[in-house]
Amino acid sequence: MKDLIIKLTEISSPSGSEEKVRNLIRNSIEKYVDDIKIDNMGNLIAIKKGNSKGKSIMFDAHMDEIGVIINHIDKNGFLRFSPVGGFFPIHAVTHRIQFQNGMVGVIGEELRKDYSKVTPLDKLYIDIGAGGKKEAEKYVGIGDVGNYFAKTIVMENRIIAKSLDDRIGCYIMIEAIKRIKKTKNTLYFVFTVQEEVGIRGARPAAFSINPDVAIAIDVTDTGDTPESSKMEVKLDDGAAIKIMDSGMLTNRKIREKLISLSKKNKIPYQLEILERGTTDAFGIQITAGGIPTGAISIPSRYIHSCSEMVSINDVNACIDLTVAFSKEYND
Amino acid sequence: MIIANLSNAMGVSGNEFEIRSLLYKLAKKYADSIKIDAMGNIVAYKKGAKSKRKLMIAAHMDEVGFVITGIDDKGFLKIARVGGIDPRICVDKRVIVGRDKIPGVITSKPIHLLNKSEREKIVPFSSLLVDIGAKDKNEVKKYLKLGDSIVFDTIFEKLNQKIMKGKAFDDRLGCYIVLELLKKNYEDDLYAVFTVQEEVGLRGANISAYSIMPDYAVILEATGAQDFPNKKDINISPELGKGTCITIKDGNSFASPELLDMSIKLADKYNIPYQFKKTGVGGTDAGVIQISGKGVKTIVFATPARYIHSPVSISSMDDVKSTFGLTDVLLNNIK
Repeated sequence: MKDLIIKLTEISSPSGSEEKVRNLIRNSIEKYVDDIKIDNMGNLIAIKKGNSKGKSIMFDAHMDEIGVIINHIDKNGFLRFSPVGGFFPIHAVTHRIQFQNGMVGVIGEELRKDYSKVTPLDKLYIDIGAGGKKEAEKYVGIGDVGNYFAKTIVMENRIIAKSLDDRIGCYIMIEAIKRIKKTKNTLYFVFTVQEEVGIRGARPAAFSINPDVAIAIDVTDTGDTPESSKMEVKLDDGAAIKIMDSGMLTNRKIREKLISLSKKNKIPYQLEILERGTTDAFGIQITAGGIPTGAISIPSRYIHSCSEMVSINDVNACIDLTVAFSKEYND
Repeated sequence: MIIANLSNAMGVSGNEFEIRSLLYKLAKKYADSIKIDAMGNIVAYKKGAKSKRKLMIAAHMDEVGFVITGIDDKGFLKIARVGGIDPRICVDKRVIVGRDKIPGVITSKPIHLLNKSEREKIVPFSSLLVDIGAKDKNEVKKYLKLGDSIVFDTIFEKLNQKIMKGKAFDDRLGCYIVLELLKKNYEDDLYAVFTVQEEVGLRGANISAYSIMPDYAVILEATGAQDFPNKKDINISPELGKGTCITIKDGNSFASPELLDMSIKLADKYNIPYQFKKTGVGGTDAGVIQISGKGVKTIVFATPARYIHSPVSISSMDDVKSTFGLTDVLLNNIK
């Protein structure tokens, strides 16, 4: 378990450049599924076939992560960049950025005149230690993408890592795939691209699969840290069953099914209302003729930073709930 | 000259009547079949020699402009903008109004009637009117009605052998390139699409892509060049004359990694000049085409144009040729 989580979170695959993590996931699940394919957008779709009486269920977690993209290299070899997804300046200064080729740099900032304000991204740069433009161009170019360079720490009941959003969702699906031996429902496990830049992968995947029902698995915020925003989700209180976020309301029947399955199987759960942010579920729900969609969320602190934090107990609850739903959904 | 006619034609988003009939006439000659869909997009189809896959090329025919929202008693037109136009560039400009192309002027107060604070303020859209020289409301109503569109009055001309000036280069240059590509023959089936309502939210492309469900799409655009003097050594925009702009990432799409890789290799191989578009800014029809249906592999090639979304843009014919050339080799080499 530990090794896989470390691999999934330390790998560098920002939105639009998901190849590395896609290969890792593919290698981890290939022997456990009946069919596996990559669609036009780059989504990885793994299928476990059910019988003719079963329903079709799409499970979804996104593979991409936030990051940066180089838009200019100045004459002294400093890199200017744009964000890929919600890359926020407040988390950024002096952190390390790794590029796809393994090159690492440090985020620096222009002279800050007002220390009460956060320096915006256009006044930040990445220093890869190059002596000038020519030297920098040996290692990086315009359009190269990078993300936080951070070591993953797995404790007894906590994980600290970059990109737990949403590699922990990918991990949950991978574990579910391994645990589900036989299934009456046909299960589509979709590892999507480009969630962080606007839910771009999930929609076409859902359109082509057109399942009876879908469940998105992604992180959510918590309200359990000092002076945090009011939110009922806490670390260690179990799998969060989403009611609403800023992009969607989950399907009531699916929500109730998830709650009753949690009770029946004694899986710890809590209910989630997220005021800011959304997930692939939002895109899936309004695709094709409309797909009844629910969402299982992993409570997470410090989302979109290089030190996101989740509870291992919660992660296990999410795996249990995913497996239970795949077996017992029959409506 | 075709580019001149395309640039001069009227076609504000939602009211693309003139540019659509011009493009229809021009595209019909080269297409096996051609139709106009419910949104008003033109879809021209040309069967490929081997017909293995569906390739879509697309450019938007609409342009930014204005629409008449009211006529006051004195015969001045109240207007709203259609698409992204900066209010600072509007006052005093000459415009053309409605299907009968009535000339007009966007109103302003002359400088000697402005008080000090007015001189320092930007005139908001809400107080801009169009003057067509009518004596009252009734006279206006003989020629115009609510909903008629208004474009800047700019006639295309060449400044020299390479550089051209005109309105609506965004995206009539793309339309021109799509027409040129439609003359060629490819192995795969080609769907040449001229979309409507891009400037107001990519509304036409979505529908056309959904009905075609292509495997690949190349979007031909014009993109803002901002290559006038800039002291600070950061984030340069595309430059005129430096080749077609390959988009790696803009505000609503990433290039398909497969097509991006192929395009760069082909441009290098065939010595086609190219540059990269400033990352992260703007959005194009690619954003909705790539996530339509089952998903489409897309890439955007844009011709740089200075002063886009204003009465006049400036572009280089060399860049148009580069955009055409790169698209042509890509369509021949998609594997």
